[in-house]
Amino acid sequence: MASSIGQYLKHAKDAAATIFEGMSVTMSHFVRKPYTIQYPDRTAVRVQDTLPLRYRGILEVDLEICTGCLACERACPIDCIVIDAPKDKVTRAMLLSRFDIDIAKCMYCGLCSEVCPTGSIHHTTEFEGADYSLESMIRRFVKDPVLAYKAKKGEETDPLIAPILDRGMEFLAEWAEPVDMKKYKKDQEEAAS
Amino acid sequence: MQSFIDGLIASGVFGGLPAEAIYPAMMFLFASIVVFGFVLPLVTITIWLERRVWSRIQSRVGPNRVGPQGVLQGLADGVKNILKEDVVPDAADRPLFVFAPYLLVWGFLATFVVIPFSSALVIADLNVGILYIVAIVALSAVGVLMAGWASNNKWSLLGGIRSAAQVVSYEIPAGLALLPVVLLTGTLSTQGIIQAQGWAPWDWFLFHSPFTFIAAFAFYISALAETNRTPFDIPEAESELVAGFATEYSGFRFALFFLAEWGSLYVTGAIMAVLFLGGWQIPTGWTNNTVVLNIAQLTVFFLKAYFWVFLAMWIRATLPRIRVDQMMSLCWKYLVPLGFVNLVGTAVWMVIWPEGNTFVPYLMVVGTLALLVIFFRRVLYHLRRAKPELYFNPAI
Repeated sequence: MASSIGQYLKHAKDAAATIFEGMSVTMSHFVRKPYTIQYPDRTAVRVQDTLPLRYRGILEVDLEICTGCLACERACPIDCIVIDAPKDKVTRAMLLSRFDIDIAKCMYCGLCSEVCPTGSIHHTTEFEGADYSLESMIRRFVKDPVLAYKAKKGEETDPLIAPILDRGMEFLAEWAEPVDMKKYKKDQEEAAS
Repeated sequence: MQSFIDGLIASGVFGGLPAEAIYPAMMFLFASIVVFGFVLPLVTITIWLERRVWSRIQSRVGPNRVGPQGVLQGLADGVKNILKEDVVPDAADRPLFVFAPYLLVWGFLATFVVIPFSSALVIADLNVGILYIVAIVALSAVGVLMAGWASNNKWSLLGGIRSAAQVVSYEIPAGLALLPVVLLTGTLSTQGIIQAQGWAPWDWFLFHSPFTFIAAFAFYISALAETNRTPFDIPEAESELVAGFATEYSGFRFALFFLAEWGSLYVTGAIMAVLFLGGWQIPTGWTNNTVVLNIAQLTVFFLKAYFWVFLAMWIRATLPRIRVDQMMSLCWKYLVPLGFVNLVGTAVWMVIWPEGNTFVPYLMVVGTLALLVIFFRRVLYHLRRAKPELYFNPAI
């Protein structure tokens, strides 16, 4: 009998003591800085700017260096890329009259940017694609038909196109080589500070 | 108030309307002014405060977009809820289903009648005040059971029945826990109970004797259970019963359930402040201005009430939900015997020291302060262990 009363009182004491301890733990959390950050407008740096070059965001096309080879259209496993590249009737040069990417269908596999010879089609770090209609999810890159890019022997000399081509090549190199995580982390710390 | 209405009738504002029609109309008018001008803001701010407190304890930010620091979040939620479709299930018992939320809201709104916010600000100082509160709070059990039954849904029915069992059980320890105070004051009037206490902590009934100290916490635990708060929220246990008795409700009626839940949370804090923390008692003699005095009393009362409200939020962020059988054993095996011990102990105490012990209250205050010091040493210990980034600013 005495031991059962002791048990009874021990239960009450244990309950009070454990609640006391639990409350002290939660109170210690009450004065901590929240871990969550307020997205999107109260981050120190835009989240898109902190992502690595090889991040597979929404696709983008640099029409200035697109050769119209249709490799990306063929590589796409779900046919979200549609390209029309007719020949100009007079000059016999290749025109680009349509370059549509349906980002509602796109699954961000990256096969198109891997096969692109100039790095014209590539992923950006943009990932906010929400919109109000399916129609607006189709990115139409060609407004008026433009001439397809023709690779030259040796260096690109056009001052307008050269930097774009360099950037495209940078994308290709990034895909070919594994990323240097140490360098990436260092860069990100610099960007944050 | 009657003289005010009589004056209005005499001045001819209402034309030739009979007085029998004017009195009820004016009562409805004043009641709606009280509800919309006082209770609704109170509840929305309590909900906002609760969400912010949880967020900080869970290392989140919480609502801070609508209005300054998100204070108007409740307004936005309320507007959203009112705009939603009011769905009544086909198989539901329609009259009961529609009526149930109002019973719940009445149950807590009616308690505001006897809550004394200051020495002058009380709607009616009933001589059965505490008994009236205990009786009227039980109305919410009827509402919850009605909602659970009328929804014609297994989750709702289980939630309603659990709630009814819980409220009926915890009425007993709650009633037993406030009996020591009634013994000490010899009155059931809320103003009388406050006037029997003083402004200083050692004049409060919380520190009157060890028995009243335990009775205060027994009453608080029972009140948490009666208002379906965590760790006693088994009537609406999300992981088992979806939303319990509120499962089938939507739109405005759903909002009414939440109005009642957080409103009764504030009522709990207010009753604790009245019974054990000396209510609106402040040091007198520093002002002769009645308005200033009443505002100061109101502020003190709100601070005391919100201390208990904050404690309930903190408990909700700390403790997990207990099982049904654990809840029942806590009630019948622990709180009810404790209530009888407190009652008899206080009676014996009053026989030995009819005017109250002059030494023990001071000892109780010192002991509580020592407990607080131990508590904050534990908090500091946890902070030292984790070495977190501290952030004391309540705004974010």
